[in-house]
Amino acid sequence: MPDKSAYPIQLIQPDGRRVFDREYAALVADIGPEQLRDLYEDLVVTRRIDIEATALQRQGQLGLWAPMLGQEAAQIGSARALHPDDYAFCSYREHAVAYCRGVHPTELTRLWRGVAHSCWDPHAVNMTNPNIIVGSQGLHATGYAYAAHLEGAEIATIAYFGDGATSQGDLAEALGFAASWSAAVVFFCQNNHWAISSPVRIQSATPIARRAYGYGIPGLQVDGNDVLAVLAVTRQAIARARSGGGPSFIEAITYRIGPHTTADDPTRYRSAAETEEWKRRDPIDRLRKLLERESLWDEAFERRVAAHADEVAHQVRSATIDMPDPAPMELFEHVYATPHPLITQERSEYAQYLAGDPGDAAVHQEGVHS
Amino acid sequence: MITTFAAALNAGLRRALEDDPKVVLMGEDIGHLGGVFRVTDTLQKDFGNNRVVDTPLAESGIIGTAFGMALRGFRPVCEIQFDGFVYPAFDQIVSHVAKIHFRTQGKVIAPLTIRIPFGGGIGSVEHHSESPEAYFAHTAGLRVVTPSNPADAYLMIRQAIALDDPVIFFEPKRRYWDKADVDFAAIDDIPLDRARVCVPGADATVVAYGGTVGTALTAAKIAAEEGHSLEVIDLRSLSPIDFDTIEASVTKTGRLVVVHEAPVFAGLGAEIAARITERCFYHLEAPVLRVGGFDIPYPPAKLEKYHLPDPDRILAAVDRSLAA
Repeated sequence: MPDKSAYPIQLIQPDGRRVFDREYAALVADIGPEQLRDLYEDLVVTRRIDIEATALQRQGQLGLWAPMLGQEAAQIGSARALHPDDYAFCSYREHAVAYCRGVHPTELTRLWRGVAHSCWDPHAVNMTNPNIIVGSQGLHATGYAYAAHLEGAEIATIAYFGDGATSQGDLAEALGFAASWSAAVVFFCQNNHWAISSPVRIQSATPIARRAYGYGIPGLQVDGNDVLAVLAVTRQAIARARSGGGPSFIEAITYRIGPHTTADDPTRYRSAAETEEWKRRDPIDRLRKLLERESLWDEAFERRVAAHADEVAHQVRSATIDMPDPAPMELFEHVYATPHPLITQERSEYAQYLAGDPGDAAVHQEGVHS
Repeated sequence: MITTFAAALNAGLRRALEDDPKVVLMGEDIGHLGGVFRVTDTLQKDFGNNRVVDTPLAESGIIGTAFGMALRGFRPVCEIQFDGFVYPAFDQIVSHVAKIHFRTQGKVIAPLTIRIPFGGGIGSVEHHSESPEAYFAHTAGLRVVTPSNPADAYLMIRQAIALDDPVIFFEPKRRYWDKADVDFAAIDDIPLDRARVCVPGADATVVAYGGTVGTALTAAKIAAEEGHSLEVIDLRSLSPIDFDTIEASVTKTGRLVVVHEAPVFAGLGAEIAARITERCFYHLEAPVLRVGGFDIPYPPAKLEKYHLPDPDRILAAVDRSLAA
């Protein structure tokens, strides 16, 4: 596979023409007109969710948001390759992956609004909650895959991370463990070119996918703005993992059009010309051009998709605004799974304090009162 | 049955492997070799290399993959080979293992047991004699325990593995070869988070844990010859700490000396002193005193006898307390 990495795999050209690639086109041969239109709808709806959440942050309804604008195809293409019983381990920008896993869009903003550290029940959708510590999830995905293997379950895991995460030791350790155990894990790097203000060249002097070879793991580069190509390569890697073929590494070449988070100002570190260049490679435009070329596009379809996107965005907006602030006593919930005397004591003292009975708050300070 | 501390742990691990197919042991050199302290001796032979897993040499990797296994419903028991090697895994432990239950509002548990041989007194080289317990006790979501004798080693390792919360399980490595009578059929008589009064006494309370419990007991014997009756408490659990047992003792004796190997500054002794001062202010006849390691990096082997609390330093503190 090493020769593949020099030429990112592509199935749709920027002008919407198909690329003839016998190996990878065959992996998406079942994607007919309706499936293509479904993928387009996924791209549009998830972009709309992302834009709505960004607006909610600007309006003070969210403390922070990590926009994924521009990375929709990398996320939709990969996540649509997963089976329901596969398990996704994400970073904090995988809003479209979550959408594909069945996370209700109204759950996506909970962490960012600050009502909890999580958004959804991981085991309900087989996907972890947003993970702020960069790179750690590669190990979690590897361990989960190994445990599933011990059970005899033929499933795969996928670990999502960015180019910056590839500099973290945990990711190197994950590649080592996964190779040693032949674990059913797909390492999926969204190389969006910028780790906050650091360009990808600061993270790696070599194409990121090539690093996998040193661990004995096949690595390839895919055009991350080409939803079909991403779907094809991820399907291949997932099938390989599920059938006992071991780990794979995919580097999806894409671009973060917006800021790292809503607290970031990308104009301080990169040129408008660069961003404009990547806007011309927009993943949604590309699929639309393909649909137009293949006579799968019409205004009724466009209106239906836009209406669906608006409806979901409206749900995200109203659900976010309606999220009640948690009650103070929730501070003490779920710190431990089993009863814990220190938490019990602090909860009791704080409850009495809130009840306006400070005299009894010093429940364990009997010496003070004697 | 007369058993060493290490053999008692081995028996406890064996029992856990037998009782629950989701228990998996993971670590460096724990398989064919049986661990550098032989705590896992013969377990891989008897349970196979899928239950007793020799991992790559990467501590963050051990904990991070174990965390992933826990998400699949497993109960990994990880061995960190030496105390000073746990730091590369610190992020996985405090950022993920400790916080996942809180983060997911109770939806996910991480029932890992992380075994760490800790403390000095074996004449070892750098990074092999540290006492990092305060780092973990300071982290909400973790439990931190340490047995001081073979019977507790056998009991507590099974309790730790069965618990749904993550447990940092410190093994005082200079006690690995201590021998005692362990009743392997005994009914569990004491919860994991409860301290134990080892020796009752009337004049002062000495709280110790792990490797220093034996030292405190020696000090109590010498004190008895000198006419002073010391009550020695083995803390067993470092998070949570069983303050009720300490409070009951100090209410009786009026004096408290806390002993640990770790540096005294911002150590567990400080927490115990503060809480017991709050709880027992009018019962205390003297300030709570601490005897511990100095606030230095763990010293070279030829110096550790000066650094580690010994019976004389404990008795000197007791004398100061009694004189107050």
